[in-house]
This record gives sequence, structure tokens and C-alpha cells, in this order.
Amino acid sequence: MAHTRPAVAIVGAGPAGAFAAACLLRSRGDAVIDLFERLPTPWGLLRGGVAPDHQEIKRLEDTFDRQTLRRGCRFLGNVDVGVDVSHSELMRHYTAVIYATGAQTDKSLGIPGEDLSGSWAATEFVAWYNGHPDYRGLEFDLSAERAVVIGNGNVAADLARMLTLSGRELERTDVADHALEALQDSRVEDVIVLGRRGPAQAAFTSAELRELGHLDGVDIRVDPDDVELDPVSRRWLTEEGGFTARKNVELLREFTARPVRPDARRRIQLRFLRSPVEIRGTDRVEAIDVRRNEIVRAHDGSLRARPVAEEVETIECGIVLRSVGYRAVKLRGVPFDERYFVLPNKRGRVLADDGEPIPGVYAVGWIKRGPTGILGTNKRDAEETVSCLVEDLRAGPLQQPPNAGREQIDALLAERQPNLVTVEGWRAIDAHELERGQRELRPRVKLASRDELLTTAQCAG
Amino acid sequence: MTYVIAGSCIKDDSCIEVCPVDCIHPKPGAPDFETVEQLYIDPGECIDCDACVEACPIDAIFADFGLPDKYEYALEVNAEFFAEQSTAERTAA
Repeated sequence: MAHTRPAVAIVGAGPAGAFAAACLLRSRGDAVIDLFERLPTPWGLLRGGVAPDHQEIKRLEDTFDRQTLRRGCRFLGNVDVGVDVSHSELMRHYTAVIYATGAQTDKSLGIPGEDLSGSWAATEFVAWYNGHPDYRGLEFDLSAERAVVIGNGNVAADLARMLTLSGRELERTDVADHALEALQDSRVEDVIVLGRRGPAQAAFTSAELRELGHLDGVDIRVDPDDVELDPVSRRWLTEEGGFTARKNVELLREFTARPVRPDARRRIQLRFLRSPVEIRGTDRVEAIDVRRNEIVRAHDGSLRARPVAEEVETIECGIVLRSVGYRAVKLRGVPFDERYFVLPNKRGRVLADDGEPIPGVYAVGWIKRGPTGILGTNKRDAEETVSCLVEDLRAGPLQQPPNAGREQIDALLAERQPNLVTVEGWRAIDAHELERGQRELRPRVKLASRDELLTTAQCAG
Repeated sequence: MTYVIAGSCIKDDSCIEVCPVDCIHPKPGAPDFETVEQLYIDPGECIDCDACVEACPIDAIFADFGLPDKYEYALEVNAEFFAEQSTAERTAA
């Protein structure tokens, strides 16, 4: 029998899937790769997560394109694995399946009032302003003067910027048209960002924090008392804290010293050591109650927030966006670790209930390690998973699947998903969006409904 | 002169792979690699060869004289990162 090329399905065309495809092609140039994606468009959070005013980061899509689609890797968009095709069907067609599905939902706060109208997960707001077709119909009420953002990471910083950038600044980005319109009409003037822990523990990168202090026409306000470090944090910062934590505290101290600018259009207030305890309102969000915390060292050595007093402070606001972390959802047909919300795995080899690897099933990215790290983290993560796969291909535990031919998977897909979006379809969408962008002096104008996306893709033939 | 990595760095390690003098840190596998927010170029070691600029997939690396205004702070931050490191090494030694 002639040499058979390994056929690999990667489920999820986000950064983790793209890095995995690129890495696999580098180490096994003979691999035949199909990149499955639930949306009609590739690159996951690079398109749908990275903030519209951070266009420089979106350049990574050129590298993904060059290293995957332009090297023969197929794009199979608008296919929902687990719905349109099952895991066991994929296993009949591919030597190996790599799950790169990310973390599609958010953690909740677990406080009363979280379900009130006007209380949102950051994931929803982000997907909406980035033109994710499943979120375009959401309506965010931006008619009240004050918005509260819960969380102290880079997503919280993105939200604070998106709520305070001027219409003119937003117009120069690829923010979705429906969001552009809503944000241009926004009456929000005051954005309060609440951190559960102190300034030394804030998860912002100092680059993002610095950016918040340099927005045009936006005042940054930090209460000097909030940046006065408690003894536990002070000691931690000198003995264990990293470069970023020290820079962050330095920046926050600088912010406290800034004079109030009366001509500022909008304000961002960063408040620390505050936990939300209840979101209040009769039909919709009217206020949020917060309680003060102190930092204590837990038994495991980590620094935790502990409530200091029972009394609460009520902050009036019209919208609450919680950005307290992403969470993966269970996938059909593969084991799921309900405690850590990942596929149980060892270095990317997915494990069965007995703890043994399931031959041919792998994981990469957030579904493998949990929602941590930045874009480039996925590159090393992909290298680890791919090295396991390559080793398994060499050592031989992987079986050639019964229906390995491309025509066989194509026939199945044609039956299950007539609106399949191929690489030609994606190129048509991309060209259309870029061309409209060029006309409107924007980096790109996104097609934000599934219908428009599919129609444009189909015009490619 | 020196090259400088600005704040949009995504820690893709392409620059490290191509740097002929190993002046970009921390490296994958180093204890602080996953905790730092970006990679930094040691201004004392950089030989201005331009290889990292070509390799960076998001164009986050600039010559010191060509730094856009919004990244002006980065020159100092890159240098400071190495100054802190060498102090830490001296203290440890």
C-alpha cells in the first residue's frame, strides 16, 4: 500500500486552531488538514474578540492565512460540529481530530439581580460590537449616564474604551455598523470599573492600563486611598510581584495625581477592593450594590479578597457589564471536565474516563488549558499538542479511518450543510468587507448577519 | 540605536527565533515567560539587524527613532525590564 497521508480535522478556526494547523504543516508537511468552523468566517476571537480599536493585532490574520489556508489547509465554515456532523462521524473520516473550540460562554457573578435587563456578560457586548452574527440583534440600553464594568482584566479595559471612545474614533475602526450607531448615540458619560482585589493584583497589562489614561477627551480617575497599598500587598509587590504589577501600581499612582479636566467628554473611574453584592432595579438595572474588601493571604499562598464590612455602597447605573472570565461549554461526544471546564487531557491528548488517552483525539487552546493567556500563548500550546499528535502518527497508535477520502467527507457535508462556506466563500466575504472599508476609510466594514455572510460567500460559486 | 517592542506584543515568539544575538527576553521555557505581558529587547545587546521587525506578525517592533507617539513610553519600559533583571541577578548572586 502506498504511503497514506494523515487526515486531520481541526474543530474551531480561532487562533488556537490556526496555530495548530500551521504547526502541524511545519512538522508534517504531508498532513491533509480540514479546519471546521461554526461561523462563516475564520480566526475566532481575532475577528470577534480583539477590540476594533486594536487593529494592529488583527494583522495576525495575514500570518494565519499564509501559514494555513494558503498552504492547502481547507476551510469548512458554517459547520457546527456536534450538530451538523458528530464526533464519531469525524472519527470515521479523519486520522485525528483536534478540538480548538475555545470558551464560548462567560462565568456568572452568582448575585441577585444578575438576570435583570441591562445586566450583561462582557462576551455578549464584545460579540455584538465585533459583528458576531449571533449577537447582532442584542439591544444595549446606553441611555443612562453611568455604566459599571465588573472585572479588572484586559476585556474590562476594552469595554471601558469602547464605551468612552468618540464617534469619530469609532468610525475609523471595524466596529460593527449596528454597534457604531448605538455607541454614537450613547449617553454614557461615566464608566466605573470595579476590581475585586487591589491595584497590585489587577490583571490589566500595563499597556492596556496606560492606554486608559491616554484616551482623547476622557478623564481617568483613581481615588488615592484605593492605591494606598495594604501591608500584605506591599510586601507581595516587593517580594513576589512581577514587572507588570509594579508598573501598574506606578501608573495608577500617576493617575491619582492628575487634575480633573472640566472639558472632558467622558470619565473612567477605576475602583479597587470592591465586590458587587446585588444588582438592583424593578424591571431593569437601576443600581449596583458593592461591598468593600481587604486583601488576605490564603492558605495556598494566593492573595484573596475578603469582605471587610457588611455595609454596602449603592452606585446608580443603567447598565452593568461583567467581565469576570470566560467558560467553555461541553462538547457532544467527547469527555468533559465539569470542574475545570476543559477537555480532560494530558499535554493535549484527550483522556477517557479511565485516564487513558483516546486515540486520535486532541485539544488545543482554551478548551485544553482553560481561558488564560494571550494570543501568542496558543502558539506554544499548539506546539505541545501537535508534538503529541506527530509522535502518535509516528509511533502508530492511530488507525487509518475507514472513510479517509476527501470525497467522502465532502459528500457527508454536502448532505448535512448545504450552506458550507469554503475558502473561496471566505475570500469573497473578506474582499467585500475590505472593499467597503476602503470606500468608507475604515479598515473593514463587517457583514454582521449570517444571511449577508452566506449570500456573499455563495456569490463566489 | 535599538529596536523596541511596543505594547501590542502578543508574545508570538517569532522574533526570538530569528534574533541572531539572543537579545529578546524572556524566552519560552524561562520561568517568567508566561507571566510577562510582552517580550522585551535588551537595548544594550540589540545590533539593529531588523530581523525581528520582519518576523513580527503584527508589526509591534519599531526602531527607537521611529516609535509612534503612542508607544513612546516603550523605550524606557524595555530598558527598565533589563535593568530590573540585572539588579535581581546581582541580588541573587
